Amino acid sequence: MPDSPATTQVATPVTAMEHEAHNPALLHHFVDAQQQKNAASLGMWLFLVTEIMFFGGMFCAYLVYRLKYFNAFAAGSQQLSIALGATNTAVLIISSVTVVLAVKAAEAGKRKVLVGYLAVTVLLGLTFLGIKGFEYREKFERHHVPGPTFQFTDTFDDNGRQIPVDSNEAQLFFSLYFAMTGMHALHMIIGCGLFSVLAVLAWRGHYSPGYFTPVENAGLYWHLVDIIWIYLFPLLYLISRHS
Amino acid sequence: MASAVIPANQAPKLNYLNNGHSLRSWLLTTDHKRIAVLYLISVTTFFFLGGFFAMLIRLELLTPQGDLMQADTYNKVFTMHGMIMVFFFLIPVVPAVLGNFLIPIMIGAKDLAFPRINLLSWYLYIIGGILITHVMLTGGVDTGWTFYAPFSTEYTNTKIVEAGLAVFIAGFSSIFTGLNFIVTIHRMRAPGLTWDRLPLFIWSNYATSLVMVLGTPVVAITIVLVAVERLFHLGIFDPRLGGDPVLFQHLFWFYSHPAVYIMILPSMGVVSELIACFARKRIFGYKFVALSSVAIAVFGFLVWAHHMFVAGISLYAAMIFSFLSFSVGVPSAVKVFNWTATLYKGSITYATPMLYAFGFIGLFTMGGLTGLMLATIGIDVHVTDTYFVVAHFHYVMVGGVLMGYLGGMHFWWPKISGRMYPEGWAKLSALFVFVGFNLTFFPQFILGYVGMPRRYWQYPPEFQVLNVLSTAGASILAVGYLLPMIYFLWSLRYGPIASDNPWHAAGLEWKTTSPPPTFNFEETPVVTWEAYNYDEIPDKELEAPVAR
Repeated sequence: MPDSPATTQVATPVTAMEHEAHNPALLHHFVDAQQQKNAASLGMWLFLVTEIMFFGGMFCAYLVYRLKYFNAFAAGSQQLSIALGATNTAVLIISSVTVVLAVKAAEAGKRKVLVGYLAVTVLLGLTFLGIKGFEYREKFERHHVPGPTFQFTDTFDDNGRQIPVDSNEAQLFFSLYFAMTGMHALHMIIGCGLFSVLAVLAWRGHYSPGYFTPVENAGLYWHLVDIIWIYLFPLLYLISRHS
Repeated sequence: MASAVIPANQAPKLNYLNNGHSLRSWLLTTDHKRIAVLYLISVTTFFFLGGFFAMLIRLELLTPQGDLMQADTYNKVFTMHGMIMVFFFLIPVVPAVLGNFLIPIMIGAKDLAFPRINLLSWYLYIIGGILITHVMLTGGVDTGWTFYAPFSTEYTNTKIVEAGLAVFIAGFSSIFTGLNFIVTIHRMRAPGLTWDRLPLFIWSNYATSLVMVLGTPVVAITIVLVAVERLFHLGIFDPRLGGDPVLFQHLFWFYSHPAVYIMILPSMGVVSELIACFARKRIFGYKFVALSSVAIAVFGFLVWAHHMFVAGISLYAAMIFSFLSFSVGVPSAVKVFNWTATLYKGSITYATPMLYAFGFIGLFTMGGLTGLMLATIGIDVHVTDTYFVVAHFHYVMVGGVLMGYLGGMHFWWPKISGRMYPEGWAKLSALFVFVGFNLTFFPQFILGYVGMPRRYWQYPPEFQVLNVLSTAGASILAVGYLLPMIYFLWSLRYGPIASDNPWHAAGLEWKTTSPPPTFNFEETPVVTWEAYNYDEIPDKELEAPVAR
């Protein structure tokens, strides 16, 4: 996360420091605004790397069990709604576009346009979470939530062939489904909160063409969360749908 | 070094220590040097807490019978020893204390790139530390620090989730520290300070940070999966439900083996600084030493399965991991050989930091070479889970990391505190540490080789002699660790006032005052020289008054 520039350092008795008084967003320990921007941006990219490693552990577990229990994973995947998943994918891709437009508006110094795109992004994020919540509710109703109440009976693929499935193996699929989409949803919630704060700050005029690093970096975060979903969608929803 | 001492009648200058005295000015500071001091206090606390558990272990093993505590208690004691020492001492110790203090100064910056995230790191560490202390006081954990599934997920009824949360939070402290260091080293270097002019301490902390940033998130998600599995009875690592416990070991060691390099690399950086200064020579093969740090970080990610040779991985996988584990020996040996070559024809001073550097080279070499024995599948299968492994990693962790840390603490103490420590006591304690260490851990090599398993609270009587030696050594070692704490604290008040550069050392940190001012330099330095240009620094030069 980049250092938010909203406050400057507590004044200290050291006098040798020269504050660049004309740019309140510039923190004392940077030479100039460009150095500060470069540092924040590199910091954000590194943070995204840690996020990839964080999700990487779950992708690794997914890979292991999908190879081991392919039939169960295919059968579990058949229980997910492609329509809802695809809608959510579209919602997220559109939200990535609105984020790009928000950054562009910030760059051009269009305050109201910036606030507007940030708000639309939050709304799209909430739409995604709403649809996801609806899907989760359906899983609860059909006892597809892992745990003592989990039930899974043999299913049929699109051609009507029966797929024999071990209930434990299907439960592993749904464990990973909930772990991965749940962790993704948590990141979406954080993203929505982040953009809400940015929208308020943008409304108050905190950002200018000379300083909009937080918008840019929050945008990077949002794109990463989108990209993770773009991997989750085929891996979870589209297993063996081609047959 | 009498010439290093300047008269005490000078008016005290404004520095980071006397720039504000309130508790608030410490707890809400964003000054990297003050945060380093906060870390120094907290890691030292956890070191003595972990050391307390170590003493309990050694006392129990004094006799073959399990007479001091019950088996369950013993399990908790070695688990708490491991968790505290690994996650709350060894991983943060050198980067968070010495790294935090020195990295910005060594590269001529005013602070780390993200000072407030740096403070956040310390708070995360403290929250994790409070949680693990809470776990310790309310029942503890008995899985060993490794959390192996399915014991951790299913069978034990101790506080796995809380301990996991503590490690998770401390892990994020480490991630943010690493991230901060990488950005700082990339973006905040003083004009003229190119990559091939950087001190080797910076290089090694850079490599460490890469491992922190890339590895820690993986153990974080692994702990989340363990907690979720425990709370909601999933079967991700439970073989009865189709899960695979070996997958847990893969995910765990993917971080926890590189974590070993998080611990050792910064100490290697310290040793490079010490050897150059006290041999008064440029480090032999500077570029190789610098790049070997990065090579260790990269290779370190490719060797994790050597912890699992007996866990049921395929023979081919084991062969490849064995080969890769050997290959880490190459960059490690590059360092040891280049340090030795630096000593050749150097004008060596046997000051305390140098004694620790010598201790590091010897003990790390022992630890590293026994590591190669363990990378050999045949030997590893024979000694897996015996005291041989315990002795091996203590030679690296304690003989390596702690020796480097203590050497660094003595070397930079004048800079940190503005005072000199008592050299005689320091040499005595270095001797205690070296003798005590070897007496503690060398018998464990033999014990392990003849078959004493680790993590047992009683053992056959024929192992007693070596265990008594080990416990006796641990007592000497404890004295060796208590002494520096006492005389460092003593020196804060009574130590002679240190000059800006008591060792006549190269490096930007010696060009500012002791202790440094809040923003490190009066003017941002411009670097026009190579690191360790000792041939250009007269051994006993009178300190030029640098911008007082």
